[in-house]
Amino acid sequence: MIEGITIYEILTVTTIIFFIGVYGFLTRKNLISILISVELILNASVVNFVVINKYLYPDMLQGVFFSIFIIAVAAAETALAISIIINLYRQISSVEVEDTEMMKH
Amino acid sequence: MSIDYIILIPIIPFLVFLLLGIFHKRIKPAVSGYVGVFGLLASAMLSFYAAYQYFFVSGKVYGVYQTFTEKSVWMNFTDTLHIDMGILIDPISVMMLVVVSVVSLMVHIYSRGYMKGDEGYTKFFAFLGLFTFSMYGLVLATNLFQIYIFWELVGVSSYLLIGYYYTKTSAIAAAKKAFIVTRFADFGFLIGIMIIGYYTGTFDFETLNNPEGSAIMNWAATSFMGLSVITWALIFIFIGGAGKSAMFPLHIWLPDAMEGPTPVSALIHAATMVVAGVFLVARLFPMFYFVEDGFALNIVAYVGAFSALFAAIIAITQTDIKRVLAFSTMSQLGYMMLALGVSGYEGHDGVGYMASMFHLFTHAMFKALLFLGAGSVIHAVHSNYLKDMGGLRKYMPITNITFLIAALAIAGVPPLAGFWSKDEILVAAFEHNKLIYYVGVFVAGLTAFYMFRLYFGIFWGKDTAYEHKPKESPLSMTFPLLVLAVLSIVGGLIPFSEFVTADKAGFEAHLNYPLAAIATGVGIIGIVLAWVFYKKENSLSDKYANAFGPLYKWACDKFYFDEIYMFVTKKIIFKRVSAPIAKFDKQIVDGTMEGIGNKTVVISKKIKGIQSGKVQDYAFAFVAGVVVVALVFIYLWTN
Repeated sequence: MIEGITIYEILTVTTIIFFIGVYGFLTRKNLISILISVELILNASVVNFVVINKYLYPDMLQGVFFSIFIIAVAAAETALAISIIINLYRQISSVEVEDTEMMKH
Repeated sequence: MSIDYIILIPIIPFLVFLLLGIFHKRIKPAVSGYVGVFGLLASAMLSFYAAYQYFFVSGKVYGVYQTFTEKSVWMNFTDTLHIDMGILIDPISVMMLVVVSVVSLMVHIYSRGYMKGDEGYTKFFAFLGLFTFSMYGLVLATNLFQIYIFWELVGVSSYLLIGYYYTKTSAIAAAKKAFIVTRFADFGFLIGIMIIGYYTGTFDFETLNNPEGSAIMNWAATSFMGLSVITWALIFIFIGGAGKSAMFPLHIWLPDAMEGPTPVSALIHAATMVVAGVFLVARLFPMFYFVEDGFALNIVAYVGAFSALFAAIIAITQTDIKRVLAFSTMSQLGYMMLALGVSGYEGHDGVGYMASMFHLFTHAMFKALLFLGAGSVIHAVHSNYLKDMGGLRKYMPITNITFLIAALAIAGVPPLAGFWSKDEILVAAFEHNKLIYYVGVFVAGLTAFYMFRLYFGIFWGKDTAYEHKPKESPLSMTFPLLVLAVLSIVGGLIPFSEFVTADKAGFEAHLNYPLAAIATGVGIIGIVLAWVFYKKENSLSDKYANAFGPLYKWACDKFYFDEIYMFVTKKIIFKRVSAPIAKFDKQIVDGTMEGIGNKTVVISKKIKGIQSGKVQDYAFAFVAGVVVVALVFIYLWTN
């Protein structure tokens, strides 16, 4: 509970962050940028978990646990994605998403 | 009596088969011949020991030869219905062990000479081992299903050996014909087994054959089309037996099977495998006899008698010496069947059963001898045809004498083996069915005639000028001839009726002098006729052949049975039944499935363009989808 700030305001902020992430995911051409956009999406949802837990069920902790859980998974996922991108760079000397079409075959 | 060691009798040839079969490229021919012969020798010794143990050491208990079994359950269906694997020792299986051992051993020894220098020498011995193993397994089987398994194995080894010269088109065709015809007959056998399994709830021979057992006592419980189902089952089983034993009308494979190497013809298509059908009927004899007052047994008798006559008539006209012998085999198998068919069960009534087994025993000896002798002749002359032979007695004295002994034995001249067994068969037929008796006597005359036509044609007759002077075969080939000749002479003196009878009790058989005199007289008439016709080259035989006109032509062409079969299978079954079904299958069944497949390919080609390979396109589609779903939910919620 933060004094003077309602849940709606915070949820509005997270929604904006979420859609910025979605927008970035759909439009950026650089794989690193896309990865950053994915992080934005994830973080928006993490904040949502915490806020909803705090505002609606203040005596429970599941939301907080989940947020920690998601952070851990996100870290692993980022490491994996980075390693894939590095490998991809070694193969095709590029991190542009449009150069990775050969996966469809 | 311990019967544990008997399991070794089939195992040894099987090991020989595995050894020679797996390493056939690496084993030298000289070694493989010895491996085969000594393996078989070991089996034969064990068989003789088993026979000695069974008949003389163990002997009768309360006047009856005991049955020994050892088995373990292999597949379990219900408490009573299960398939066992094991061995069953009773008089006929012991006798068959001896027959198979003797003939197989002789053929192994003979093959070392006959097949010398052949490319697949080792392979040949491997196949012989497989066959011997299967045959032992067949005679030792404890139940219908086990006998069926070995029955098929025997068929396979027969197929392999007929098609041994696999570069010869006719040999391949003959192998296929033999396999398909017997397989077709075995289908009947399988149906019979299933009916028995369903209605009696057991496959076990001992249970089935018990005259007071439920299988025999309750035969009338269920009937189908006026006959008991058990009778139907027996008829179907007999179809299987008739296929293997080349009974009319399933005989067409046997003459063609002569394409195989001659030792194979001697072993499989004369002495052992072809008697499997007779053995099967004998094995189930109490069932055949008691169920429905022997209705199925009567069929056996008439089919046997007809086959005996039919084959004997054809045998007179054939010019390929192996084919003459093939038809002669069929004729003698007919004899065995008819003897079983007219047999009773207890005591002297069972003389037919005993005579059939006796004839099986003696026939194995002299027919193997005839085939091996014919092989020796073919080996020397390099031809199967009578027209290329003549006057061979000067060149091949041992073959000549042994062949003569075998011919006299099969013609039923006393005191050779064939006389005793044939006499018993005729006694049985005389006591039970006069018609069959007359057929039997007539066939006895024909047998003597065609056999001596063959003998005189090969060893006397015209003096053919040979390009290469034929010479007597090596010792490895003449030795088996001599052994079998001795057995053909003394084989009939065994008091067979004391050992092998339907009720296992044994009885004392006496020679029926009038009947024996008639049979011998007819045989001698046949021999004399052959002497007149064929001893010296003359035109007498052609004149008489012409006098019979179309009948001769028919018999010469085997009464067109091959052609009838070809017509029925090709013109009727293939063209009218199979071809439309194949068309239905190809166009409608396959067509539907292929249509579905083709349409899927077409559609997927069209929608393949959507898959661009650009991750962001997919992501966009995903987001758009989520948005649409969200909108739908919102719409549904707000209403």
